[in-house]
Amino acid sequence: MTLASAFFYLFAGIAVASAFMVIAAKNPVHSVLYLILAFFNAAGLFLLLGAEFLAMILVVVYVGAVAVLFLFVVMMLDVDFAELREGFLQYLPIGGLVGIIVLVELVLVVGSWAVAPSAPQAIAERTPTDITNAEALGRVLYTDYLLFFQLSGLILLVAMIGAIVLTLRHKEGVKRQNIAAQVARTKAAGLSLHDVKPGQGL
Amino acid sequence: MNGQFFADLAPALPEMLLAGGALLMVLVGAIGGDRSSGLINVLAAILLLAAGAALVTASPETKVLFNGAFTWDAYARFLKVLVIGGALIALIMSFDYLRHEKLQRFEYAILVVLSTTGMLIMISASDLIALYLGFELQSLALYVIAAIHRDNLRSTEAGLKYFVLGALSSGMLLYGCSLIYGYAGTISFAGIAQSVQAGNAPTGLIFGLVFLFAGLAFKVSAVPFHMWTPDVYEGAPTPVTAFFAAAPKVAAMSVFVRVAIDAFPNILDQWRQIIVFISIASMMLGAFAAIGQSNIKRLLAYSSIGNVGYILVGLSAGTSNGVQSVLIYLTVYVIMTLGCFAVVLCMRTKDGRLVENVDDLAGLARTQPLMGFVMAMMMFSLAGIPPLAGFFAKFYVFLAAIEAQLYWLAVIGVVTSVVGAFYYLRIVKIIYFDEATIEFQRMPFELKAIIALTGAFVLFYFIFPAPMVAVAGAAANSLF
Repeated sequence: MTLASAFFYLFAGIAVASAFMVIAAKNPVHSVLYLILAFFNAAGLFLLLGAEFLAMILVVVYVGAVAVLFLFVVMMLDVDFAELREGFLQYLPIGGLVGIIVLVELVLVVGSWAVAPSAPQAIAERTPTDITNAEALGRVLYTDYLLFFQLSGLILLVAMIGAIVLTLRHKEGVKRQNIAAQVARTKAAGLSLHDVKPGQGL
Repeated sequence: MNGQFFADLAPALPEMLLAGGALLMVLVGAIGGDRSSGLINVLAAILLLAAGAALVTASPETKVLFNGAFTWDAYARFLKVLVIGGALIALIMSFDYLRHEKLQRFEYAILVVLSTTGMLIMISASDLIALYLGFELQSLALYVIAAIHRDNLRSTEAGLKYFVLGALSSGMLLYGCSLIYGYAGTISFAGIAQSVQAGNAPTGLIFGLVFLFAGLAFKVSAVPFHMWTPDVYEGAPTPVTAFFAAAPKVAAMSVFVRVAIDAFPNILDQWRQIIVFISIASMMLGAFAAIGQSNIKRLLAYSSIGNVGYILVGLSAGTSNGVQSVLIYLTVYVIMTLGCFAVVLCMRTKDGRLVENVDDLAGLARTQPLMGFVMAMMMFSLAGIPPLAGFFAKFYVFLAAIEAQLYWLAVIGVVTSVVGAFYYLRIVKIIYFDEATIEFQRMPFELKAIIALTGAFVLFYFIFPAPMVAVAGAAANSLF
């Protein structure tokens, strides 16, 4: 067993085990932490494949942003997952049935797999070895796939505009800090002198 | 980067104009806020006009751009002009409505422009990724403008329903694309056509084809993927519904035709079964379900489902004549729909309320003669009564089906259009023979112009049918 395959079994084993723990853990916060562990090990698998850019993106995007967001949501929403899971067993027969049907379908599809004649040629272009992953991706992303890249950008823009259109409200009566008004306050505007008569108060 | 680079990109000029213009409008809107909505509406209309002008003046010579993702040909030009025309008229129709309903939000016009950009990309898409990205750009903007009246329960419901079901259909579309890619080994339509030969098409690929067509059928609202249409049409603000009925339907139908003809020409017999089935189901549902409707927007929704059925009859022929009939039908359909919705937008009572029941049209011929006459002509045309434009549209579609020896499909089409004539003629009866109960406000100028123009087209199309038939024929030929 080479070092690479030893690491493969290490990463793969931990990834599967932590993925299982994601759905088995009682505490949702623990689930998210196991999810992060699963992401790290998947990143390790990418490294073994020589896809170091994807590995880093997986850690940065999924661990750094998505999983942390999950963690915040889980903590803020205070969902009682133990309650949700009650009666889990009563869905087991129907869930199991669906699972078996999907398994049978998968076996049927994989069993009758026929590779198109042009498919091997399409995947023959392996990752170039003399340049880094990021450079190889960049070379096709901004040339061959320029249209797709720009369109994805437009789609994200629409999503952003849409979220603002549908949710942003300017509420009346909310007091906001107005720095210009604060700075422009003069003694005359902010201060008034009263002559208080003794024994009467204001 | 030099002159040649830009010259090569020239066929994508309309898309670049719209996308760049949308970014500019976002900037103007961000600085000016909702006060600048009037300015942005005008800017959007000018942009659409400029993109349309760029399309009309471009040469229809076939060109392939972006590494095979984008095809420019006479077919794309025809449909892009139609989509931009539909979007422009729907946008102009919305101005008066937005003023009345105090919905002056600058994002509305921007989203219409971005959605139109997506539609143009869809029409030119010649590989699966461009197809999907075009679809998403288009639909995402549509989900938002369906719910733009966010304080109105029905509008938000329409937006949410459209979004959830649209996401589901996108999932099916993507699943189909992935299966097709897996079996064909390529995403480009030409490559798929090459790898899929008649007789030995793998089952997995047919599977993918079915899913892809299911996703497309959702977007054109063909039965059995039509459920969202009546609710979304009824709930969305009326000018938004007009936009939905005109532009996205044309774009989705054009993708449907291009995928079927360009990517799967060798397995025509396989996909024809699917198209024939959804075509018959749509025609039947459109004819029968509309009978009981009392809301005119719902009625037009069922009418559009039926019309999609007729358009698919043309596609199921799978010939150049079939595609030509699809193009003619789409043009006539867009013009009739915009005319109908312009009338619906004029149904504003004296106290400023917009009514949308069929019975509110009672006696329209006496209170508003022009509006009543045009609406009646639209209904006759939708029912397919000669010599109006709708008759010719149906005529070409059925002719193409008969030439492809789909006799019984044509017979079913004729029978369902007779059934459909019942509810169209009922509206004519209400307009001409019932007693008026409501008096409407004066029509705004732009709506009056649209009603007059669409009415004139429907009425006088039979005098000069040749130019459009010739252009549609050239466009259809560029696909084969």
